[in-house]
Amino acid sequence: MTQVRVLAGTRKGAFVLTSDGKRDKWSVTGPHFGGWEVYHMKGSPADPNRLYASQNTGWFGQLIQRSDDGGATWQPVGNDFSYVGDPGTHMYYDGTPRPWEFKRIWHLEPSPTDPDTVYAGAEDAALFKSTDGGGTWSELTGLRLQESAPSWGPGAGGLCVHTVILQGSRMFVAISAAGTFRSDDEGATWRPVNRGLHSEGIPDEDAEVGHCVHHVEAHPTRPDTLFMQKHWDVMRSDDGGLSWTEVSGNLPTDFGFPIGVHAHEPETVYVVPITSDSLHYPPDGQLRVWRSRSGGNEWEPLTRGLPQQDCYVNVYRDAMSVDTLDDCGIYFGTTGGQVYASADSGDSWAPIVRDLPAVLSVEVQVLP
Amino acid sequence: MTVPGADAGPATSVRVVLPAHLKNLAKVHGEVVVAVACPVLTQRAVLDALEARFPVLCGTIRDRATGRRRAFIRFYACEQDLSNESPDAPLPDAVAAAVVAGTEPFLVVGAMAGG
Repeated sequence: MTQVRVLAGTRKGAFVLTSDGKRDKWSVTGPHFGGWEVYHMKGSPADPNRLYASQNTGWFGQLIQRSDDGGATWQPVGNDFSYVGDPGTHMYYDGTPRPWEFKRIWHLEPSPTDPDTVYAGAEDAALFKSTDGGGTWSELTGLRLQESAPSWGPGAGGLCVHTVILQGSRMFVAISAAGTFRSDDEGATWRPVNRGLHSEGIPDEDAEVGHCVHHVEAHPTRPDTLFMQKHWDVMRSDDGGLSWTEVSGNLPTDFGFPIGVHAHEPETVYVVPITSDSLHYPPDGQLRVWRSRSGGNEWEPLTRGLPQQDCYVNVYRDAMSVDTLDDCGIYFGTTGGQVYASADSGDSWAPIVRDLPAVLSVEVQVLP
Repeated sequence: MTVPGADAGPATSVRVVLPAHLKNLAKVHGEVVVAVACPVLTQRAVLDALEARFPVLCGTIRDRATGRRRAFIRFYACEQDLSNESPDAPLPDAVAAAVVAGTEPFLVVGAMAGG
């Protein structure tokens, strides 16, 4: 029987939520790594029972946990994320150069073909790769050595690689607050791909780098089409990031963090508009996912089952995911500890759980 | 203080108390005892021995890149805060004597903070 597994990383541990294909009754296990922040956890497409989790606290630093049984048991693997050579400097908030310093792993992206290969997006911005199931990590130095890197500055959350998209030899990463970068040689070399982004609040609003990209998604069948939730603005690219156009359209606000793409409809896109960069909660206290079936510009609010009054949660950048069932399931987690699921492409929603710690990430797996 | 016999014979056993999260990580309950072979008892010698016995603790107490104490970690013994002493400085004689004798543990403490 088909099973659906939702992996929720939270401010105080990890939770595994499971259901059958109907997605109406859920069981919850956890917390795993109770008391630790779990920025992200994700399963291997090549072996769904192989899971990776990023575990961190300000006290004890970074750990990576691996499960080989779908989250029932975990073992810590390698946590040595060493920058190669003299790491150099990037810009700090105050405009002074600041040496690169490892702080945490924001995102783990397992290889689609090899369970032992996984990429890790780091703060301060760097990309690491493991080919032994997380036991050891090597930096792909081309990203940090990209010529614009000394000018990169942190977003409010830090200078972090929070998005990693694998497309064979082509890869994309997104960095707050530097922008989106593309590699065509398996991560050896990188170039910024931010043309068309326009960001008020930076000295050159159309600069090649310096944009606070919040999240980027691509549909597997349309590798050249990318959807982006920027700090402000929802954007799309149809040429592999070489140029971007704004598709915010009729959204009530185009500030937000996550963006998702329907598993079977590459032009159906989901965002969660947030009031503003200084008011990190939904407009009017109404939690609404907005869906576009036209690849942007024309958006409809999805409200059924979501709180429509007195709701002041946020949804973080890695806290939305879609499953591959028909009809497509959409999932997102909130800073209020709710994980909401829709089993009908967003038409209606119900909470899987209501009272977790603040949710940092949500990923979903469909198990045969 | 020189650890008696440490350079010529068996290592000295040192009791170490870990914070709860690190006990969970190391899969231990209560105190742990580590064998310190360094002839002079220092923080570094104790922590090296601790990490050698529990490799999973590498990076959780001392920063991987710099080797320095993580900011929210403290080291106490005999009601003294040793956190800001040089990791290579011999422990004060009275502390070393008590730790070597096993009457006092070396405490690794997660600093008090909210959250």
